[in-house]
Amino acid sequence: MSETYHAQAPTTTPEVGGMGHALKRREDPRFIRGKGEYIEDVMLPGMLWLDIVRSPYAHATIRGIDASEALKVPGVLAVITGRDLEAAGLHWMPTLAGDRQMVLPTDTVMYQAQEVAAIVADSRYAAADGVAAVLVDYEPLPVVVDPFKALEPDAPVLRPDRGPDKQTNRIWHWESGDKAAADTALAGSDVVISEDIYIPRIHVASIETCGCIADWDPVREHLTVHMTTQAPHAIRTVFSLVSKIPEHKIRIKTHDIGGGFGGKVPVYPGYVLAVVASLTTGKPVKWIEDRSENLQADSFARDYHVHCDLGTTKDGRLTGLRVRTIADHGYSDAAADPSKFPAGLFNVITGSYDLPAAFVEVDGVYTNKPPGGVAYRCSFRVTEAVHSIERMVDIAAHQLGIDPAELRMKNFIQPDQFPYHSATGWEYDSGNYPAALRKAMEIIGYDELRREQAEKRARGELMGIGISSFTEIVGAGPSHTFDILGIKMFDSCEIRIHPTGSAIARLGVQSQGQGHETTFAQIIAEELGIPATDITIEEGDTDTAPYGLGTYASRSTPTAGAATAIAARKIRDKARLLAAHLLEANPDDLEWTNGKWSVKGSPDRFKTIQEIAFAAYTNHPQGMEAGLEAVDYYDPPNLTFPFGSYICVVDIDKGTGQVKVRRFVAVDDCGNIINPMIVDGQIHGGLTMGLAPALYEAITYDEQGNNQAGTFLDYLVPTAMETPAWETDKTITPSPHHPLGAKGVGESATVGAPPAIANAVVDALWHLGVRHIDIPITPQKVWAILREKGVTA
Amino acid sequence: MNEIETIAIELTVNGRRRALKVAPHHTLLDVLRDDLELTGTKECCLVGECGACTVIVDGRTVDSCLMLAVEADGAAVTTVEGLAIDGRLSPLQAAFLDKGAAQCGFCIPGQLMSAHALLALNPHPTLAEVQEGLAGNLCRCAGYQQISEAVLATAEGADR
Amino acid sequence: MIPAQFDYVRPPALADALRILKEREGEAKVLSGGYSLLPLLKLRMAQPALLVDIRDLDGLDRIVETAEELRIGGRATHRAIHEDATVTARYPLLRDAAGGIGDPQVRNWGTIGGSCAHADPSADWPAVLIAARGSLVCRSADGERTVPARAFFLDTFQTAIEPTELLTEVRVPRPGDRSGGAYAKIERKAGDFATAAAAVQLSLADDGTIAEAGVGLAAVAETAFAATDAEAVLRGGTPTEELFRRAAQAAAAQSRPAADGHGPVDYKRAMAAEMTLRALRRAVARARGAT
Repeated sequence: MSETYHAQAPTTTPEVGGMGHALKRREDPRFIRGKGEYIEDVMLPGMLWLDIVRSPYAHATIRGIDASEALKVPGVLAVITGRDLEAAGLHWMPTLAGDRQMVLPTDTVMYQAQEVAAIVADSRYAAADGVAAVLVDYEPLPVVVDPFKALEPDAPVLRPDRGPDKQTNRIWHWESGDKAAADTALAGSDVVISEDIYIPRIHVASIETCGCIADWDPVREHLTVHMTTQAPHAIRTVFSLVSKIPEHKIRIKTHDIGGGFGGKVPVYPGYVLAVVASLTTGKPVKWIEDRSENLQADSFARDYHVHCDLGTTKDGRLTGLRVRTIADHGYSDAAADPSKFPAGLFNVITGSYDLPAAFVEVDGVYTNKPPGGVAYRCSFRVTEAVHSIERMVDIAAHQLGIDPAELRMKNFIQPDQFPYHSATGWEYDSGNYPAALRKAMEIIGYDELRREQAEKRARGELMGIGISSFTEIVGAGPSHTFDILGIKMFDSCEIRIHPTGSAIARLGVQSQGQGHETTFAQIIAEELGIPATDITIEEGDTDTAPYGLGTYASRSTPTAGAATAIAARKIRDKARLLAAHLLEANPDDLEWTNGKWSVKGSPDRFKTIQEIAFAAYTNHPQGMEAGLEAVDYYDPPNLTFPFGSYICVVDIDKGTGQVKVRRFVAVDDCGNIINPMIVDGQIHGGLTMGLAPALYEAITYDEQGNNQAGTFLDYLVPTAMETPAWETDKTITPSPHHPLGAKGVGESATVGAPPAIANAVVDALWHLGVRHIDIPITPQKVWAILREKGVTA
Repeated sequence: MNEIETIAIELTVNGRRRALKVAPHHTLLDVLRDDLELTGTKECCLVGECGACTVIVDGRTVDSCLMLAVEADGAAVTTVEGLAIDGRLSPLQAAFLDKGAAQCGFCIPGQLMSAHALLALNPHPTLAEVQEGLAGNLCRCAGYQQISEAVLATAEGADR
Repeated sequence: MIPAQFDYVRPPALADALRILKEREGEAKVLSGGYSLLPLLKLRMAQPALLVDIRDLDGLDRIVETAEELRIGGRATHRAIHEDATVTARYPLLRDAAGGIGDPQVRNWGTIGGSCAHADPSADWPAVLIAARGSLVCRSADGERTVPARAFFLDTFQTAIEPTELLTEVRVPRPGDRSGGAYAKIERKAGDFATAAAAVQLSLADDGTIAEAGVGLAAVAETAFAATDAEAVLRGGTPTEELFRRAAQAAAAQSRPAADGHGPVDYKRAMAAEMTLRALRRAVARARGAT
């Protein structure tokens, strides 16, 4: 069997389209004709609409809700309040992080734009008129916006509903690594670099917002929920546990999803309200949130206040790392992290460096903000980790007067150290960090840029060069460590080969634009020689797909991709027996090449996979099961560790403080590549979603808890105009434990890009006495620094 | 609150005459999607900041969420469903496919309409002109470079 | 994000439109492009009973130049102004501004009249008209009056126009020889409202000094305003970098920005200066013959 890695050219023909082919995406013909089917496009007969009344206050007591005028609006059928839900015990729901959040409040609203009541109407227009007619009597309460103030002894306890031993705004405390070892290492260091780094709250802002149609059939006592979810099976299980509807009576059905990036993992109150409304009315009920609801109420990402102490010798050998973090979770911990990891995989913060000692602690804190802590294309808090360590390493280099590239080279985990055991307990699978950085430096012309920078600096011009050499950690995860609400984080694939040789595969993951219909078909094409175009990929129908945990944290290729390869290999094994029967040969005498089992030494005696498939239904040997199908639930032995080195060049306009990214070279290593065009698209997208928080996006609140970025007017998603011409390249270091040697790529660039940009800006300003600037690095921040340093008037 | 009377309008959509009655406060986007079942045009921000609902009205791109349906009375409207020629992908659509310009696909109809209008006005745009022409269309999967390449390739292909 | 209900009327002629505005005074709003109005309706920040769509009114989108001035119909779109041959040839200030408004969709449908009547403090046209010493023609069923731009923009979303009036035309004096204009704007990203913007229209005397200068600022006060102190600094001065800087400082000093997502007060004031400086440099270069 061919188990070789595909580090080089593809081994299948373009017609078969296995791994390494830049196959055109099979989902695109419908997208470019406007025939994609997204949740907003789905209409069911007799469908009603649900719209939501939201709180203008960040913290207030609800003294009363007067819905009488709303009920007079023509077309309005019902108003649902927290009191109504309370009667059914549905006013609270569990979060994926083991906390709970309100579906609708009975007494207190906890953040601005929180759901307060739901209107059910026969049209979306009537529903909106109904929302406008509801009168809510609020009594404002003191608002806690700052997580540090939330931890002060006199701060109001925001969640008195928790147990008597938990009357504090501290949600949890989490530690990783060896505190004593880190303390000792830092105490013995020549230099300790300390910095506070804030990684602000941002929002995934997928262009499609969230929505669903809940469809309760009172006769069959069956609930179908068409919804925008990245994790259909987990949602089904949660719905069943909460609603007590038996799980076989619930079907979750996704359609095309217009971007997820983590924002479509959680269960939002709107989904539950639509279900309640459908249960109540016996009709399908549609809820589609609008853009402002999406930006103001859906789960946010980041919001980490990180303090780092990094020890080093005088000549730049890193000795130890200590990290203390305050994590602002809003009023409920609705993060979607694995159960044992309330701060996600943040403890991968030792990054690409051979750090002998590290200690990380994180405190989750409640504030009067929307709940969350989901990804923004960030692999369970890896973005926060990478930003912190890459900023710290850069500060260390500048402070010691060592070139940032040199300091990185000096401290990289070396290729011969893999598998590498990090100080916080991870086993890195494979990597070649110096190769990636060297390649990026060559492409961008690093030495020449440093010379140019020196000349420009002499003329008073501000130019900076920034590096980020990140290590990702994806593919959660091994069942001994990883679960969400107790469900282990395996993933699955079921393949059926039809008699005429085409196939269908169903998976437990869920594409939101990643091109699964193409890449998973390519894996099967690779393993079985069936042309990718002959293979249908289906996801997102819990009645048909095997159980899986869904798509987020770059886990689809590492988990479901592996399951696909192994299921295909199971089919190949059975095909061998069928071929032996057809060829009247001993199975041991057969060899597999290019979609055929042939007799060793007699290459003209063979059976193609298509012939074998036909025989599986028409001429299978007695005693063998008919059919040709397999299923695999893949439990990964370890995580995968994609990596890369990025170099960014910026120019700063001294008059305005504007930062212009002049060049950006990204060398990525995601192991073996299934479809290079799709990988490139993922990296481009990830880079732009790294640029965005580095320079533009942030959700901020004023002291009353008012969201300052609740529309696309103020939440600054980059356009084509802001997006630099990304220069991408790659190295290939296969994962040793993944059946395809692949690692996953969806989030690498989002993780790696922000510190490259921030490092470049600080590099441009270091000589003025600038050590650190928190992202987003807006013109106003840079201008304020330039003025303070006397560069600008 | 009384029901407001509907207004009869006639417009040409993708070359076909359509007569219908619309409420004054319904947008062109609503009517395209709900009444004419042309759901290729997407709804996102509803205030003209994202471009997902871009269609072409009398030769000009418009965020159809910011045009009332009654305003389109008498107009010629082209939506993404009207780009294909005799059922085949237009050169621009084919270029989007070739370059892998779509990811989640949600913004793509709007991108296509802006690109289509741009090429009609300026058959040989520079990269900067393409980027400016697409500045009203957000893509969160951020395939901007692939989208721009597809537009430039279409312009180049038209020369051959 | 769905507007409350309203009635809609699309009068065939100007007289009809003006009659309706008079009959329905206070409850009707003019629809001219809709790129500012529709978001307000959807957010239910405005709930007029009637929208008067002026798209069918003849001649309201015309752009014509007379011996004295450029006359731009209130319904002329930003794009039409940007692409107009006369504007391109002789009104670089207008061309700069028109090409930088919003995004292509906004420029395709947004109109100069709609923008001026809406009077968003960050809008581009008010500052341009102030710098160019333009005027706005307000017509009602009872007659017509011409209001100088400098007396038109009163406060945030407040102008001198009456509810019964329609903004039919915008007039900009024809620049003489050795004159130049420029518009400089800083925005956070493409299509954003300005953080600060400066419009400059000036002319040079035979001796090379500045004969006359108009400076209008956007986004740095409750409404667009004339930076009269800067104009005084410029008038009669020799156009040097030093003079530009003094004028820019004067413009900034006269600004009254409010802190918001675009930045704090001191930053906005500094950007008012920086944009004035940049617009002055370009306007003078153009007055000297640069394109």
